[in-house]
Amino acid sequence: MARINRPVSRRQAWWLLATALAAGLPLTPQLPLWLSLAAAAAFCWRAALTLRQWRLPPRWLMFVLVIAGTAGVFLQYRTIFGRTPGISLLVVFLALKLLELRAARDAMATALLCYFLVLGQFLFTQTIPTALLACLTVLITTANLLAASDDRPNPLQQLRRAGLMLAQALPFMLLLFVLFPRIQGPLWGIPQDRFAAVSGLSDTMSPGSIAQLSQSDAIAFRVQFKGTVPQQSQLYWRGPVMPAFDGRSWRVAQTLGAYPEVPYRGLGTLVDYEVTLEPHGKFWLFALELPATLPPDSALTSDYQPIAREAVRNRLRYNQRAWPEAIAGVDEAPGALRDALALPKQGNPRIRAISAGWQARHGNDGAAILAAAEALFSQQLLIYTLNPPLLGADMVDEFLFDSRRGFCEHFATAFVFALRAAGVPARVVAGYQGGEVNPVDGYLVVRQYDAHAWAEAWIAGRGWVRIDPTAISAPSRINNNLANAVPSGEELPFLARGDLAWLRELRYRLDAVTNGWNQWVLGYNPQRQRDLLASLGLNEPDWRSMTAVLSVLCGMVMLGLTAWILRNRLRVDPSLAAWRRFTARLAKRGVAWQTWEGPLAFAERAAKQMPVHAEAIAEIASLYARLRYAPGPRASEFEQLKAKIAAFKP
Amino acid sequence: MRLPELDAILADINRIILGKERPIRLSLACLLARGHLLIEDLPGVGKTTLAHVLARVLGLDFQRIQFTSDMLPADILGVSIFDRDSGSFHFHPGPIFTQVVLADEINRATPKAQSALLEAMEERQVTAEGKTRALPEPFFVIATQNPTHQIGTFPLPESQLDRFLLKIELGYPDPAAERELLAGADRRQMVASLSPRIAPQRLIELQDSVRAVHASPALIDYVQALAAHTRTAPRWQAGLSPRACLALLAVARAWALLDGRDHVLPEDVQAVLPGVIAHRLRPTDDTLRTNVESVAAALIEAVPLP
Repeated sequence: MARINRPVSRRQAWWLLATALAAGLPLTPQLPLWLSLAAAAAFCWRAALTLRQWRLPPRWLMFVLVIAGTAGVFLQYRTIFGRTPGISLLVVFLALKLLELRAARDAMATALLCYFLVLGQFLFTQTIPTALLACLTVLITTANLLAASDDRPNPLQQLRRAGLMLAQALPFMLLLFVLFPRIQGPLWGIPQDRFAAVSGLSDTMSPGSIAQLSQSDAIAFRVQFKGTVPQQSQLYWRGPVMPAFDGRSWRVAQTLGAYPEVPYRGLGTLVDYEVTLEPHGKFWLFALELPATLPPDSALTSDYQPIAREAVRNRLRYNQRAWPEAIAGVDEAPGALRDALALPKQGNPRIRAISAGWQARHGNDGAAILAAAEALFSQQLLIYTLNPPLLGADMVDEFLFDSRRGFCEHFATAFVFALRAAGVPARVVAGYQGGEVNPVDGYLVVRQYDAHAWAEAWIAGRGWVRIDPTAISAPSRINNNLANAVPSGEELPFLARGDLAWLRELRYRLDAVTNGWNQWVLGYNPQRQRDLLASLGLNEPDWRSMTAVLSVLCGMVMLGLTAWILRNRLRVDPSLAAWRRFTARLAKRGVAWQTWEGPLAFAERAAKQMPVHAEAIAEIASLYARLRYAPGPRASEFEQLKAKIAAFKP
Repeated sequence: MRLPELDAILADINRIILGKERPIRLSLACLLARGHLLIEDLPGVGKTTLAHVLARVLGLDFQRIQFTSDMLPADILGVSIFDRDSGSFHFHPGPIFTQVVLADEINRATPKAQSALLEAMEERQVTAEGKTRALPEPFFVIATQNPTHQIGTFPLPESQLDRFLLKIELGYPDPAAERELLAGADRRQMVASLSPRIAPQRLIELQDSVRAVHASPALIDYVQALAAHTRTAPRWQAGLSPRACLALLAVARAWALLDGRDHVLPEDVQAVLPGVIAHRLRPTDDTLRTNVESVAAALIEAVPLP
C-alpha cells in the first residue's frame, strides 16, 4: 500500500493537469460559463502550485469548495442528475481533485475522473473527431495511470506502454462491440434535451422558408440503392404534405388520419433502397414517391406520407421500396378533396380572374386546366432564384405578374393557388429533390439545400398527379442540381458549388468516411448485428450462443496475444531451434539435455552414455557452439549442422 | 588456434604444483585478464610456490610482502629518506614496485595498510609524498588470506574484496599428488631451475588478445540472466554488480583463450563462475558460505541458457 501513498512528483502533476485539460476542454461548450471559468481558475491554481511549490489548500477549504461547486450546479439546473448536470458535477470534482494531489492515489482518482469525462463527451457528440480526440485523451490518461503506480519511466516510455496496453485491449473492444448483445436504440442516445434546434423542413411553409434551407449544406439523409440509382428527375423524396393554406403559408393537415386511407396501385419495377435519416426532431420520414413498403414503427397517412411513431431524434435507418409510378387516390375521400380546394376568401384577384376564365372554358376537365396553368407558368418567364424579392399581401399575383422571381415555394404556392381557384383540388408537397451520389461509397447524399416543394393536383379518373412548377421554369433544378438552376453569381452553400474539383473529391471522401462511421459504428444496432451474425452462419442467435461465441473468441484473442508476446520474447535463433531438435531426439534415448548445460559439456556427457554416437554428437555440438557463440555469419556451417542433425539417428 | 606457449606454461607449473590443474589454470586466466588474484587457504598448501612459479615462467620480477598487524603503508609503497650526500630526500621504492607481488596474509594487516595495497592495485600507480609513480607493466597481485575465523585477522570489506578479479582455494592435494610431492625433488630448486617461457612483452600481447575474444549476444544474454537471477532470487543477500558481470566476462574470455577458442562458451562462464562469485555473492543462509562450488552449481543450474 506504500505505493498508493507515494507523493506525486512535479512532472506527474504537470501531466495530470494536461490530461485534465484534454478531457475537460471539449466539454466547455456544454458547460455553464461560470463553471468553465471556475475550472480554468482551478487549473491555473494547480499550475501555480506545481510551479511555485506552494502548499496545497487546506482540507476545510476544499470542503467548502466542493459544497459550493455542487450547490452551483444544483442552482443552475435544479438537479444534479441527468446528462449536463452530471457532467458539470464531474468537472467540478476533477478541477478540485487537481488541487489535492497529495499521493499516488489522488493521481489515480484524477485519471479515473478523466476517463469519465471522455465518456461524457460522447453523450453530446459522436463524430469521428470526437472519437479521435477521445482516443488521444484515453492514451494520455492511461499513461498517467501507469505513472501513478510507477513514475520512474519518462513520459515517452509511459505513453508507449499505455499505447501498447490499449493496442492489446483493442481486439477485445472490437469483439465486444461486434458481438455483445445489443439493445434497441443508438449507443449514445440520451432521450432528454437533444436536438434543441436542428435544421430541416418544418410543418409549415411560407415564402423564404425553403430558400433559407438552401443555404445549409447539412446532410438530411443518405440513401443506398440496392439496384441502379434512378434518374435525378425521378428522385422526389416525399416529406410533409400541406393541404391547408392561409393566404401566406402552408401547413400540414391538423389531424392526421382524418380521412380513410386510399389504396393506390403501383406501376413499374420496385426501387429498393435504404435510408439513413439524420435526426430532425419531426415525425415524418422521407420516402421516394410513392412508398410501396413502410419502415417499422411507422404508418402511412391518407396523403401518402410515412409518419414515424416517435419524433426522429436519433439517426434512423430503414429499408424501403418505392413505386416509380403509381395511380393514387382515384377514389379520394370527398372531405380530402374539399380541403384541397380551400382558399382564403380574399386576395390575389388577378390569378383568381385567370383561373375563373379557365374554369369557364374547361369546366370540370382538370387535365385541361392543368395544361392551361402550365402554359401560363411557362409563358410568364419566371426566374428561379435564391434571393426572391419580398412580397406583399397578394403574394401569388405579385410573384406571377410583377416580380416574376421566386424560389420553389413561390412556384408551388402560385401553382396550387391557381389550380384551386379554377376548381381543381391541389396541394403542396414538401420534401427533397435529387441528391448527389458519392462516387467513393455509392451512397446518394441528400442535403438540406436539396429541399424542395412541388404540387399535386387531383384529376378525376387519374387521382393525384405530381406537377413540379419549378421544373417548368427551371428544368435544370430538377435534372441537375441547385447550382445549375440559379443565376450565376448567387451565393450558394460552399458544398453546392460545382467548381473546385479537388475540393469535391475531398468532400466525397470525407463524407464516405463519416457515412461509414454512422452506418457501422454509431448505427450498429440489433438489426445490423443480426445481419452480421447471419452472414457468419449464426442465424437468430439467442443470448446463450452469443455469450458462448463471445467467450470463445475472447479466449482466442487472448491466446493469440499471449502467443505473440511469447514469440517476441523467445525469437529463436535458427541454430538454437536445430539444437533443440537434436537434444529432443537424444532425450528420447534417455540422454536429456539440461537447459543450463553448455553444448560441449553436454556433448561430453552424452558421448559417455552413447559411445557409439560419440563422434556425431561431438561434431554437432561443436558446430552448434560455433554457430551460436562464435563471431561472423556461418551460413554453410548452419547447413552442415542441419544436415548432420537430420542424419543423426540415435 | 591453440596457443602452445600457454600450454607449455601450464605444463611447467603443473609439474611443480601437483594435482591443482584447475586453480592453476584459473590463476593464469586471472593474470591474462589483467586482474588480481585472492587465494584463501591454510598456510602451507603452495600459495607462495604458485606465485613464485607464475613469475618465473612468465619471466616477471617477483616480490613478496608479508603482512603483519604492525605494518604501515610506507612498508609497502616505499619511503623517502634524507640523503646527506646530496642534501635532499631520496625515494626508496617499496616492495610493490615489481611485476608479480605476493601479498601474504593480507588480512593480518590493519585496514590502513590493506588499503594502501588495494589502491595501488586499482590505480596501477603509487602516490607517495605528492609524487605519482607508475607501477611496472604487467602488474599482478596475488594476495593470500587466512580463513577469516582465525584469530588476529582484519577481514577485508566487500568493497575491497571486489578489487580482486578472482578468489580461489588451493586446498589439500589428493593422496597420489601428495605422495609424488613427498617423493619428488625439492620444489625450491625446481623453481629456481625454471626458465621463462615468454617475454613480458608477449604477455601484454596475450592480455590484449583476451580482450578480443568474442562474446556473442547469446552469451551476454546468459551473463545477464545469471546476474538477474542473483538479484531477484532470495538465496542471496545482494545480487552481482555490473562490475562483477564485467569480471565474469573478462575471466571467461581468458578461460576461452586458454582453451584455444576465439569465442566464449557458456562452459567458460560456468567454469570461472565459482571464483568470480566466491568473494562477491553472500548467500542468505550462512552455512552455505564455506562451500563456494556448490553455491555456484546451484546458481548455474537455476539459470537456463538463453
